[in-house]
Amino acid sequence: MLDPIEVLQVAQVVPGIEAKLKATYRVHRANPGDTIPPDMAGRVRAVVAGGAAPAGLLAQLPKLEIIASASVGYDGIGVAEAAARGIPVTNTPNVLNDDVADLAIALMVMAARRLAAGDRYVRAGKWVSDGHMPLARTASNKKLGIVGLGRIGRDIARRAEAMNMTVSYTNRRPVEGVSYRFVPNLTQLARDNDFIIVIASAGPDATKMISRDVIEALGPDGILVNISRGRVVDEAALVEALKTGKLGGAGLDVFEDEPNVPAALMAMENVVLTPHLGSSTIETRTAMGQLALDNLAAWFAGKPLITEVPETQTARVAK
Amino acid sequence: MTTTKDIDVLTICQLLRPAEERWIASRYRLTRADKDAVPDEIASKARALITSGLDGAPGALLDRMPNLEIITVNSVGYDLVDLKKALGRHIPVTHTPDVLTDDVADLAIGLMIMTSRRLGVADRFVRAGRWTREKFPVAGKVSGKKLGILGLGRIGRAIATRAEGFGMEILYTDRAKLNSNYRFLPDLISLARESDFLMVATSAGPDARHMVNAAVLEALGPEGILINIARGSVVDENALIAALEDGRIASAGLDVFEHEPNVPPLLFRRDDVVLLPHIASSTRETRGEMGRLVIRNLEAWFSGKPLVTPTPETLAMLANR
Repeated sequence: MLDPIEVLQVAQVVPGIEAKLKATYRVHRANPGDTIPPDMAGRVRAVVAGGAAPAGLLAQLPKLEIIASASVGYDGIGVAEAAARGIPVTNTPNVLNDDVADLAIALMVMAARRLAAGDRYVRAGKWVSDGHMPLARTASNKKLGIVGLGRIGRDIARRAEAMNMTVSYTNRRPVEGVSYRFVPNLTQLARDNDFIIVIASAGPDATKMISRDVIEALGPDGILVNISRGRVVDEAALVEALKTGKLGGAGLDVFEDEPNVPAALMAMENVVLTPHLGSSTIETRTAMGQLALDNLAAWFAGKPLITEVPETQTARVAK
Repeated sequence: MTTTKDIDVLTICQLLRPAEERWIASRYRLTRADKDAVPDEIASKARALITSGLDGAPGALLDRMPNLEIITVNSVGYDLVDLKKALGRHIPVTHTPDVLTDDVADLAIGLMIMTSRRLGVADRFVRAGRWTREKFPVAGKVSGKKLGILGLGRIGRAIATRAEGFGMEILYTDRAKLNSNYRFLPDLISLARESDFLMVATSAGPDARHMVNAAVLEALGPEGILINIARGSVVDENALIAALEDGRIASAGLDVFEHEPNVPPLLFRRDDVVLLPHIASSTRETRGEMGRLVIRNLEAWFSGKPLVTPTPETLAMLANR
């Protein structure tokens, strides 16, 4: 019998997927920043990642053939290094769209309606001692601006339409086949809308795209929801605008320096803070893990990969 | 213009916003009293009573109001109004349907996602600084799951419309099959058994009391989630607590309770529940609309015009006169 293929796992996967991985491969565990023992490093043919596998890790693995990431984002993976060596990177697009869209809508409703604050209010016994909570704001029938109308952006828009919201969006270019209004200027989009949901993919030019100007254009009754990446929002400007009432509220699943969250935010009643839960459901994590496994299986069976990222695909075709 | 300044109006309503209350006070002789301590001289003079679904209008109070002509309820639900006594005296009752439907449906959806995805726990987890030391556990998905709605009235339908946007499969039960494309199940136990989420959206009457009992929760099952945005009385709270403690259902999202504002302390320490202080219609926008409906009904009555939003029972009474 052939020796099993050796895989380096640098991410947590749900138990069901971990069991399947171990049933097929010889699995080694490491963190993305680790130094790998050379003898083992020389045998590893695949990396299973969760969005992070830096160039420094890849450089230690001379026999590496494939990186299968159980994540949609791969900005933490040394894609340039992989592409240069002709190594494919696969991710798990679309599998998690529903969960992220669900979370976006929930954060919007929770921020507008003060639902997390309501739960804390009841648990602190304030309903009995202080009476009714102050009135909140309606979400239905309001105007929603979406920053980034990719697949998840459209899934969010569909849910918002079911709440009779008017959707407009900004994007690198207008999206064909949608009826939503395209607003090229981000500050204008913020000015026109009651809610802004940020779901833009986080390229380097997206850093602090949600600037002080954009935040202030959204205004004292406006609510900002961020489910893309923390660095897309100027967090210092956001904290200040929330503190001074220049922005009404926020629902944040991502932060600039995770897992560190600005202490000022933790004390605010008009924000909802969740620990980067975008796709954190058992159903979706299982589906993502399975897709990573399916990509590995395809590769080692000599079949076409299912979801290779465009960068390595282009590089490998060019070779 | 008829003078309304000499008309005595009593309000025992907790939900009226100051803006609408001021407007009423500028038009009528308005007195505010606690519902449990209405002085005799006010009760005996008042020709209109403003109340809410929470405050109600008990028969004992109505008995002390010989001059009462109209009851305006600043809520959609009026189960705490002694309807038999009021209608027996030909006193019409108005409420505030439709204007709060969207808010209640939004809250229902928000509460459903919040409960399944554990977002209330997550918010407390971040605020307590635990993210730097621990990983937050994975939760349960919402999209694509089965939503069973108990009571497909205006609010039930608004919830269903939203849930369709989430690709959910919608089932319902009601007194009878309705004109709807959603799948009807004739009884609550079957609905609970087939659903991932059981949404209580029925209006509360005496026959709805403890409709969601131990057997229904058992049928919902260990992966099932209960959401109640209707009335606390519809769910047997003790049976719910027992089901949560034994893991016979997964979790619950509750905006209403049997003895508000008292919430069973046993629930406070649980991370598998979301507890809200009855805020389904508690927005500035909707409370404004509701208050304006109270005003429009008062104005209509005292100028001899048709009421704007009488309850169905009132409409029937007026038609039979």
